[in-house]
Amino acid sequence: MRTTTGAHYGLSDWIVQRITAVVMAIYTLIIMVALLCGVASSYERWHAFFSLGLMQFLSFLFAVCLCYHAWIGIRDIWMDYVKPVWVRLALHSLTVLALLGYADWCLEILWRL
Amino acid sequence: MAASPSNQPIRRSRPKFLDLLAIRQPLAAIVSILHRISGALLFLALPALIAMFGLSLESPAGFERAGQLMLQPMIGIPLFGLAWAYLHHFCAGIRFLLLDMHIGLDKVGARRSAVAVLAISLGLTALLAAKLLEVF
Repeated sequence: MRTTTGAHYGLSDWIVQRITAVVMAIYTLIIMVALLCGVASSYERWHAFFSLGLMQFLSFLFAVCLCYHAWIGIRDIWMDYVKPVWVRLALHSLTVLALLGYADWCLEILWRL
Repeated sequence: MAASPSNQPIRRSRPKFLDLLAIRQPLAAIVSILHRISGALLFLALPALIAMFGLSLESPAGFERAGQLMLQPMIGIPLFGLAWAYLHHFCAGIRFLLLDMHIGLDKVGARRSAVAVLAISLGLTALLAAKLLEVF
């Protein structure tokens, strides 16, 4: 039976925040190595690198993880400092809409490559 | 314990000292609040960062333009602030993941890793700045 007290999303969000963090950390290391190998030295190399099927996939995965991770983090900030329910609800809504927009924006950038 | 008069509430004047700006925070607390501040800054800067990424991949001219923008002080300096924010968030995040796994929970170890997070993220930011300004 579904419990009716509390929302019970705390633990799963806590785990998701950490899984997305690990994914983003690995992607960060890949980008760091690529930068050290001079991937940003010319447009051709920069474009070719992000056009690789694997990099397109990993970059989109990164964008999705970032948006989910940021949602949990920013929501925690609103919950800690903003008490009036309506203000909080408005901020939560704006945050979700902004992050969905950013994810779509990243998808469009990667799609066009 | 001495009995207090039953109709009088017990009053103890406990020392309260909660001025966050006056308390000298332990290094772990500084790392923690900087993790939150850097995360918030990165969130606020997301549209600018995505726009910059899109511009750099748009065309050879866009790539050139993005490179020029990064060298303008009005954009370059905040960008280094964000580079620090990213690196601090990254290093502090790894520290928190290790703490979640009960690694480095002792007082000395926790303090040492807090120092490491502050030093490594500042060091990497300086290295990145030097690299971009073609110091080496």
